[in-house]
Amino acid sequence: MTPPLLSAPLLSAPLLSVRDLTVTFRAEGRTQAAVDRVGFDVAAGEVLGIVGESGSGKSVTALAVMGLLPANGRVASGEILFEGTDLLRLPARKMRDLRGRRIGMIFQEPMTSLNPVFTIGDQIVETIVHHERLGRRAARERAVDMLARVGIPSARRRLDDYPHQMSGGMRQRVMIAMALACSPRLLLADEPTTALDVTIQAQLLDLLNDLRREFGMAVVVITHNMGVIAEFADRVAVFYAGRVAEEAPVEPLFDRPAHPYTRGLLASTPRLDADAERLVTIPGAMPNIAAPPPGCRFAPRCGVKVEACEADRPPLVAVGDGHRAACIRAGEAAA
Amino acid sequence: MARYALKRLVQMIPLLLAVSLIAFALIKLVPGDPAVVMGGSNATPAEIEAIRRNLGLDRPLHVQLFSFYAALFQGDLGRSLLLGQPVTEALLERAPVTLWIAFYSLVLTIVLGMATGIVAALRHNTIVDQLVSVFALLGVSIPNFWLGLMMIVLFSVHLGWLPTSGYADPLADPVGFLRTATMPAVALAMLQTGLLTRIVRSTMLDVLGQDYIRTARAKGLPEARVVLRHALANVMIPVITMIGLILSVLLSGSIIVETIFSVPGIGSLLGNAILRRDYPMIQGGLLFVAATLMLLNLVVDLLYAAFDPRVRVDR
Repeated sequence: MTPPLLSAPLLSAPLLSVRDLTVTFRAEGRTQAAVDRVGFDVAAGEVLGIVGESGSGKSVTALAVMGLLPANGRVASGEILFEGTDLLRLPARKMRDLRGRRIGMIFQEPMTSLNPVFTIGDQIVETIVHHERLGRRAARERAVDMLARVGIPSARRRLDDYPHQMSGGMRQRVMIAMALACSPRLLLADEPTTALDVTIQAQLLDLLNDLRREFGMAVVVITHNMGVIAEFADRVAVFYAGRVAEEAPVEPLFDRPAHPYTRGLLASTPRLDADAERLVTIPGAMPNIAAPPPGCRFAPRCGVKVEACEADRPPLVAVGDGHRAACIRAGEAAA
Repeated sequence: MARYALKRLVQMIPLLLAVSLIAFALIKLVPGDPAVVMGGSNATPAEIEAIRRNLGLDRPLHVQLFSFYAALFQGDLGRSLLLGQPVTEALLERAPVTLWIAFYSLVLTIVLGMATGIVAALRHNTIVDQLVSVFALLGVSIPNFWLGLMMIVLFSVHLGWLPTSGYADPLADPVGFLRTATMPAVALAMLQTGLLTRIVRSTMLDVLGQDYIRTARAKGLPEARVVLRHALANVMIPVITMIGLILSVLLSGSIIVETIFSVPGIGSLLGNAILRRDYPMIQGGLLFVAATLMLLNLVVDLLYAAFDPRVRVDR
């Protein structure tokens, strides 16, 4: 008897698979899609970078995965499969159980993301005790261990510190320690270094890189900084106006960007090795998502647009190995 | 903390001296001759002269001031003209009544104000929220004497549930205390409850939008824990600050409310003293209430430091 050919695709099933996700917001009586049929996969242990401008839907996508959309936002359609389970169909209680235990999240604002009236030890211990059958003393030991692992000196003593006694970089380390305290399979990092000094940024990225290897977890890192992507990500999804413009492994994306928006984004990133006197900018601004242009949303700013661009939404088409772009001229441009 | 408390206690001395000077000056600030005012329209010149001598008003001002402070530092606030009793004794006798009712009223204010404020914030922009806002508006708009009278009409006259007046010691007779003190306490609590509801509601709304609340949710904590621990601990900070303010309103409001409900507390004592121009009593009462408020505010400030780790009082 031949074994069923079922196990192979199951084994390679992604840890997180977002499919056709649409998130709408109600504002001033109107409904608008902040995320419009977005899809991407994250394999176990992989780092996916999501890059895009403010308002491109990156953070909203992460919050949708966490089930933490603000009150006026909701998932209108799509699936968010985590370890094969659709999170959108999960009862609130089960979803809560996943948060902080299987999926951790860190945010952009380390200065305000910790509760000012509780000690950092208290806040880490709370997560551990809530998710695991562990006494407070054991949880405290784990918290000390986590603080030491994220590089906080004299961790045991700092456990009883309040957030205001720490710097921004230290607080972000505490956030990381808290997010990883229950060894999640997936970490969502929403602009984790944006609010920090440049030197601290590099340290934290190194730390995240070490930790994700150590914990064997996948990371979705959301950023508008191409440098963070280059340093940290395995694969990249470029978001533009609530849609995925291009998706590729890091090297092909930097070497052969297929979408004109990605090319613009890369050209507008300052480089030390280039002798350009001025930075290139993309003309125009991101369209208002309340009244998006028909067809390709980048078309109004695109230098290579043709008439067909403004007619229909361009599909994501393969332009290389694992490299897809939502541009009808992607083939020509890559060539 | 102990050092800070001691420092604050020492700082109270000049404040109390200033208040005592105002209390002393009170008798001089009244237009006309205070002895004539005190004697009333039917007083004979001999009676007025007696009052004047009794109060020491016939002596030079600096002598009066000196003897006022000399007595004050010995804890002697003079003798009440109305009761014939030493002022200190009368105050100490009545103080527990007022403080118990104020405490009861404060508990009602905190429980009601916080509960309604939290519910309104959690049900933001719903009918519940609007009902709470109307309740809060009524609370701050209804004068406490009117509310007191209406409660007497309803609960004492029509329904006969509660006595119109009186007082029972809460430790000796708790049921009697609840029966007599509930209406005064509610009448006193309404204004502050309305204020507190508004503050708790707006603070809670603000806190629920903070990043650390999102963090608490991202940790997978149940919503009840997010609200009652992570949010509430932060809402308490402005609430504690407000309690100092509430206490002063409670003590000043007690004059009217105790008079309406014939409660034998400091409020009715001072109310009568003011109506009858019992100056030694007014002076003593003023000092006593001022000192009590200063002490209570010190307690509030110490509590404040306990609730907000960013405030360190020992420096």
